[in-house]
Amino acid sequence: MPGTKMKRKLPPFKILSTTAILGYGFPESSFWRGIRKKPDLIAADAGSTDPGPYYLGAGKSFTNRTAVKRDLRMMIKAGVEKGIPVVIGTAGGSGARPHVDWCLEIVEEIAREENLHFKLGVAYGDVSKETVLQAIKEKRIKPLEFVPELTPETVEQSENIVAQMGVEPFIKLLKEGCQVVVAGRSYDPAVFAALPISLGYDPGLALHLGKILECAAIAATPGSGSDCALGILEEDSFILEALSPERKFTPQSAAAHTLYEKSDPYELPGPGGAINLRECTFEEAGNGRVRVRGSRFVPSGEYWVKLEAVRLTGYRSISIAGVRDPIMISKIDSILKEVEKRARDIMKISPAEGRIFFHVYGKNGVMGELEPVKKTLSHELGIVIETIGRSQEEADSLLAVTRSALLHFGYEGRIATAGNLAFPFSPSDVAMGKVFEFSIYHLMKVEDPNFFRTEIREL
Amino acid sequence: MAANQKKIRKNKKKSILQAARVIRSKNSGPFELTLDIMFKNKNYYELFKKNKIITARKIASLYQIPVSDVLKIVYFDPSQAIKVTIRRKIPSGSPGDTDIYGAQQHVPLFNIRF
Repeated sequence: MPGTKMKRKLPPFKILSTTAILGYGFPESSFWRGIRKKPDLIAADAGSTDPGPYYLGAGKSFTNRTAVKRDLRMMIKAGVEKGIPVVIGTAGGSGARPHVDWCLEIVEEIAREENLHFKLGVAYGDVSKETVLQAIKEKRIKPLEFVPELTPETVEQSENIVAQMGVEPFIKLLKEGCQVVVAGRSYDPAVFAALPISLGYDPGLALHLGKILECAAIAATPGSGSDCALGILEEDSFILEALSPERKFTPQSAAAHTLYEKSDPYELPGPGGAINLRECTFEEAGNGRVRVRGSRFVPSGEYWVKLEAVRLTGYRSISIAGVRDPIMISKIDSILKEVEKRARDIMKISPAEGRIFFHVYGKNGVMGELEPVKKTLSHELGIVIETIGRSQEEADSLLAVTRSALLHFGYEGRIATAGNLAFPFSPSDVAMGKVFEFSIYHLMKVEDPNFFRTEIREL
Repeated sequence: MAANQKKIRKNKKKSILQAARVIRSKNSGPFELTLDIMFKNKNYYELFKKNKIITARKIASLYQIPVSDVLKIVYFDPSQAIKVTIRRKIPSGSPGDTDIYGAQQHVPLFNIRF
């Protein structure tokens, strides 16, 4: 083209996503096939709020240590030896300080055992209570859909407040030459998109690719969260490629994944803006590959991050039992109501002090109040008796009394007078420990996307 | 007689299971449940889209929830899919919850007929 000088074309940027959640594993053959493609980045998302509030509150990972170490060892060893950056987001499953430190301990163990030396970047996702209280005062907090307004009282009760970091802290650490980055709570796509965005690739494409790669091969068909996937980012599109012969990406499988676990597939909000998919297309690219175009990033002007936290709501005990007697099954609702009343009378515990739940499988154990079938046709029921008290002891004793009241309850028409429940186990009761509930699920406006604490360690 | 005829007409309607390839539920965050219906082909999808067979009122009645608990209904052409998001009665993992991942809350959708 005479007279015009083309901007230097960006070469394809290859991202190897190893597994949907660090610790879910991946076949070695897929991993090495991915490495042979000479990726520019090896990355994995390590977390989710899906397993519920317990893990964030307890500071424990929902993934297994040995499994996480196995996945990390392969990624870090290959990454360090070949000079490919390795990025882990939402370390330890929930991404608060105890989770990140747990993951760092594993990384440091691997470095020692394999005699690897590298620069390790760490970004913590924690947000102090003071920061959130200040944000409430300055009206910089808004609840997500169906979530109550955030009060200072809720902040005080909350534990392990984290915010989903965007690409900025990753970029900062990668620019400082970190070979491995371990981050706390992260916006999943940022883990994959940060490096290419910093190199000038289109943020809409990079983030959309990240959104798909954070689930590794789940978006392929047959889908799998325990297999690797490769994303190839180009200037105007990206390609998805499966790394095991039994899977491929199809336009349908890739598009369908866009629906997964979100309320609006056209607009995916994240830190600092949203990915807009209204113009997005998915085309066959041959050899089980799909090309995606048209994903756009629309900055929101203001920078909002998503906060997450949980609070302790009590201690749980459970007992599992079965019921086979048809007379009892026909009266199960009134029996359970009466048993709860009796247990409360004996223990002198109000519903505010101790809670009793009967999960009645074979009736509405799965759907609870949403269950449209009101009358069970099942010939047997499984009952999980659950109590939540202010201490483990209180939960235990409320359970013991409820369980024995149900075992011996003399309901009307009863013929089997020896006992109402079949227990599969001795002991029948299990102390389950702390019960948490999500307390913060709000957006917070921040001035600086890099407000997260970062540090660099030389291993 | 009229009631009988109505019954016959109702029986002639087809189950959504004939038209859908995927019907599923899942958390969309701890406070929402999102329901996906992916159709077997474009014709079924367009039919459902054009005739607005799935409405907030229909979802509310299937799940016996107030219409205000139905957050949105989105038609997603690239997947020939309809996505419905409703409020979780109990947030994921809060006391009284029965399905932490929300993955088994899809069955009332099987009762949709067209």
